[in-house]
Amino acid sequence: MNKYFRILALVVITSFTFGCTGQPPGESLDIKGSDTLVQLVADMAQTYMENNQGTDVLVTGGGSGTGIAALINGEIDIAISSRSITTTEIDTARKKGIEPWEFIIARDGLAVIVNSDNQLKNLTLEQIGAIYRGDITNWNQLGGADLEITLYGRQSTSGTYEFFLEHVVNWQQTRKNDYSPKMRNMEGNKAIADAITADPSGIGYIGIGYVTDKIQVISVARDTSSEYISPLEENNIENDLYPITRPLFQYTSGKPDKDSLLYAFIRFELSESGQDIVRRSGFYPINKDDRAQNQDKISDIEG
Amino acid sequence: MKERLIAWFFAINGISTIVLVLGIFIFLALTGLQAFTQISPLEFFFSTDWNPTSYVQPSWGILSLVVGTLYIAGFSLIIAVPLGVACAIYLAQIASPSVRELLKPAIEMIAALPSVVLGLLGLLVLAPAVADFFGLSNGLNAFTASILVAIMALPTIISLSEDAITSVPKGYTEASLALGANNWQTIRNVVVPSAMSGIIAAVMLGLGRVVGETMVVLMVAGNARAFPAGFFDPVRPMTATIAIEIKEVVVGDLHYQALYAVGLVLFVMTFIVNFAADLYLHRQEGKM
Repeated sequence: MNKYFRILALVVITSFTFGCTGQPPGESLDIKGSDTLVQLVADMAQTYMENNQGTDVLVTGGGSGTGIAALINGEIDIAISSRSITTTEIDTARKKGIEPWEFIIARDGLAVIVNSDNQLKNLTLEQIGAIYRGDITNWNQLGGADLEITLYGRQSTSGTYEFFLEHVVNWQQTRKNDYSPKMRNMEGNKAIADAITADPSGIGYIGIGYVTDKIQVISVARDTSSEYISPLEENNIENDLYPITRPLFQYTSGKPDKDSLLYAFIRFELSESGQDIVRRSGFYPINKDDRAQNQDKISDIEG
Repeated sequence: MKERLIAWFFAINGISTIVLVLGIFIFLALTGLQAFTQISPLEFFFSTDWNPTSYVQPSWGILSLVVGTLYIAGFSLIIAVPLGVACAIYLAQIASPSVRELLKPAIEMIAALPSVVLGLLGLLVLAPAVADFFGLSNGLNAFTASILVAIMALPTIISLSEDAITSVPKGYTEASLALGANNWQTIRNVVVPSAMSGIIAAVMLGLGRVVGETMVVLMVAGNARAFPAGFFDPVRPMTATIAIEIKEVVVGDLHYQALYAVGLVLFVMTFIVNFAADLYLHRQEGKM
């Protein structure tokens, strides 16, 4: 709850302080999208605004799909997303004359969580996929208690929903699969964490930044012959050992202008102090590959 | 001259609301009906699987959503109607004036509660309590949502039923009492039957409110795509589906049109309910 209040307070304060002073246009940024990223980017925005008086960076959630749709509809400056933009979305954007530019601003080890009463500590990707496809419906099929499994997932607007669908539910499947229709579609990471805290039969997935000590994080193996890896150690994420590691993105409509607030803010996010905030939020900083990918864009912008 | 101006002023106000409703309907219909160029009406109305963002193949059946809406509407009326009507009878017939002065504004306060606040209470207090009480793994289901939505329908049902009961001519009750009937017999056999069409209208308007309620069901109904098997299953009402998915659609694409089609169905449903309520109200007026 605390996190939500902080976001709310931030939004209210920024809209009051800057909304009323008649800010000249161009000195404000609208950011929208991923619920996984919203807290982190709001933290970055706050720090940025403290260091740069007179700028106004507004961050709202709603889901990655929401953010990308808003970017394509021309409503915002930056879409934050926990999945990469799809080819369909790029096509739609191009039809509207928008070329989305991608930056990677953090890394996430997507955590598979269960109630702390659950004895299971390890699962393979295939087992987790089977649970979410609805093929495994009772914990005793995995050596746990005789308890029907309750599935918690995100709503279809969520990038986490789509990432998990693509990389876990459909992991190495020849036939495409959907989530079990019995999965409860929850509003956000926090809602899933709360539900799992209370539900001994539950399983859920959340961004690593939302893990609390009241839930149990499952160690995941690629298959039965490989090692079970915990997402709680930075090393496992940085070296891509944890199987459900993912980059967290943000998209701008078109190439950011070199002198714009937009670009200045992105540079701040990618800087050491920006990445410190990533670490403090419970997520992981970008790795070498991400940096190289970002650097290509930066070189292009700076000419 | 002045009087004509005043008459015009009110006429314009009246006409503009009609234009507004018609405009909304036409806009909904124009956008929503486009969906049927690509979705077969057969699938739309009779398939139970709504999954426009499917990984395999999008499916557009709204039956589960309609049933989810009706589950919540039906069950919340089961809770709200006896409670609301009893409360209205009490207020109109039994309560002393000083008690009534205290109760009426208190009931009206319920209507002033923002639905998001009620939803939050449901999420944090009622859902865990329901889960505990019935031994469920999770309290986010049709049952919990119905209780909360019933609370939202109560002010409408109570205040309109009370109006209907109060407007039963005094002569009826006096005649009944003079014939030797006691207070309870009078209420049961004379007052309530005389006010029946008004009470039904009140319930219908309450139903309209229940069907269109969005925020609470979005927060506590559980939102699973599966066809609900019972009241303790999570459901996904039409309003919640629109509220969740409208955020991710790109203006003009098929998913966008399909959501408008769902909105159109919802509009038609609430329109029928309200229209029926209106008919009953007129019938009652004719009787008096």
